[in-house]
Amino acid sequence: MLYDVTIDGKNYRLDLNRSDGRWSCRLDGRDLEVDAVLARPDVLSLRIGNMAYEIKSERVANELHLWVETTRFTAEVRDPRSLRGRARAGDDHGPKKITAPMPGKVVRLLVREGDEVEPGAGVAVVEAMKMQNEIKSPKKGTIQKILVSEGATVNAGDVLAIVE
Amino acid sequence: MFKKILIANRGEIAVRVLRACHEMGIAAVVVYSDVDRVALHVRKADEAYPIGVPAASESYLNIRKILDVAERSGADAIHPGYGFLSENAKFAQACADVGLKFIGPTPAAMEAMGSKTRARQAMEKAGVPFVPGTSRAVESFDEAEQVAARIGYPVMLKAAAGGGGKGMRLVHAPDQLKSSLEAARSEAERAFFDSEVYIEKAIVNPRHIEMQVLADEHGNTVYLGERECSLQRRHQKVLEEAPSPIVDADMRRRMGEVAVRVAQAAAYTNAGTVEFLVDEQKNFYFLEMNTRLQVEHPVTELITGLDLVHLQIRIAAGEKLPFKQDNVNIRGHAVECRIYAEDPDNNYFPSPGKISLLLQPSGPGIRLDDGMYEGWSVPIDYDPLLAKLIGYGTDREQAIARLTRALSEYFVGGIKTNISLFRRILRDADFRAAKLDTGFLDRMLKRTEDERVDARAAEVAAIAAGMFATLGSTAAATGERTAEGGSRATGKAASNWKNASRSEALR
Repeated sequence: MLYDVTIDGKNYRLDLNRSDGRWSCRLDGRDLEVDAVLARPDVLSLRIGNMAYEIKSERVANELHLWVETTRFTAEVRDPRSLRGRARAGDDHGPKKITAPMPGKVVRLLVREGDEVEPGAGVAVVEAMKMQNEIKSPKKGTIQKILVSEGATVNAGDVLAIVE
Repeated sequence: MFKKILIANRGEIAVRVLRACHEMGIAAVVVYSDVDRVALHVRKADEAYPIGVPAASESYLNIRKILDVAERSGADAIHPGYGFLSENAKFAQACADVGLKFIGPTPAAMEAMGSKTRARQAMEKAGVPFVPGTSRAVESFDEAEQVAARIGYPVMLKAAAGGGGKGMRLVHAPDQLKSSLEAARSEAERAFFDSEVYIEKAIVNPRHIEMQVLADEHGNTVYLGERECSLQRRHQKVLEEAPSPIVDADMRRRMGEVAVRVAQAAAYTNAGTVEFLVDEQKNFYFLEMNTRLQVEHPVTELITGLDLVHLQIRIAAGEKLPFKQDNVNIRGHAVECRIYAEDPDNNYFPSPGKISLLLQPSGPGIRLDDGMYEGWSVPIDYDPLLAKLIGYGTDREQAIARLTRALSEYFVGGIKTNISLFRRILRDADFRAAKLDTGFLDRMLKRTEDERVDARAAEVAAIAAGMFATLGSTAAATGERTAEGGSRATGKAASNWKNASRSEALR
């Protein structure tokens, strides 16, 4: 299998194959001796050469995180043969969804549809556990659509608004 | 001894008390709000009763509902834990009125300590050292100005009914006094419906050190050593240790004897904590008494070998303390981390949600008191304390080494936690040198850490990402998780990955 992997913004080309229980691994043109076992769901025991690692996998607010020891990496994996996959990397054009990073209640909307926003401008205030958190726009643009109303309960990853 | 105890709490402390009940052969009754039906304390209980909607005022703070459960279940005592109703004298009185034993001090002792100014008047008589200032609320700005001038700036304004840092203001110079006094008063009024504010000399770079006391109902009061609680954020404790690195045997005895006098002045019974501010010359000043079991009680348990919850229950059942002051020995060192569901990258904002993966540390010198499990969702409605991880060792260095090791084993997936904050604290040079004061954490957090990206670790992550994609990963599937995980169906998992990357591409 061929993968385009992005780790904390850096791209890698990875070719992984398994036959007869043995792995072959090529990372950015280098051949590596690897061996991996899924110890349980989301926990991978990985050997590279004779070095041993335990990798934990989780998804938080629609981001895939991989933990190597105590270091967290944000990961994206794409199939390079998919055209959509290729178009994805570094894409800052087009509509962007603004999502709730945690479950909570929308206590205030700070913009209306059609408003112009700068990157980092507050869009909504979400309250959880008696603390209020301002959700910001990731880019400059126009608020195309607002999908929640004040007082609504949202889950992590729910789309609050779309900025174009 | 009691046959059945009702635990009027939730989270890790409800589980902690429940365990003690079971160890003592006592049935444990719990209560739960609608969002806590599948909470750990309900899973482990002998009897569990619903008490309504999530809002604490309608559930865990509702005296009528809790007393009703006590009656229906036939419980003969109530353990309030900490927070919620634990320091509510009216609740303690209501329990007494219906013949239920409240596991804690008497309503009168709680009331004496509940108001900081009233506590102060009682303590002054007992010769307890105080930070210079007023022993009662200031009545006017003029009076505040005179007092501040007499004790000298900087001064601290504090709400008489306060706690948790609300209604507190540090004033550096006379020209700030008026606006600070107004702000403190209105904050106190809003938070506690009581605008009384008093003035104290502000101690520069203080340590917060507290003394555990235990009193039976036969006039015996002992102290069980101190806890260093200087590591705080927004006046909330984050990490505690025992003993304090700066307290020697002589200072411990002096502080302990003052703490016992404080407790005796209020005819205090059961477990309590006397808090002190300690200045740079190691002078200690009485701050307040907490009339409940503290969150950080395990560090004292580890260094004394005592079980405070067992002792609370025995005392409430009318037993005498089974030991004397001379039998209390401090051995080793313990450090506790309060693990919260909060986001270190987003100003420690609460981060509730579903725990997708939980790997718990264990091994020598590690104690974990928690109230969570894998697959459980942390509700948005309550304090986000998930667990307390405590390291114990022969000395401070070993306790820290064990805790550091345990933190590297600990993994809570699917939500954000402050575990990384503790890794940072434990490797901090000043922390290791025990140079602590209540401003330590704010200063540490202001320094940005040198974040060198480990290129090798990033490559490991890249390979792992491909491996998860090939072998299957539940975290890879966006949206709803499936129970089957990914370890079996490689082909299916791989197609999940394709779906995932397609939906990524569509964003």
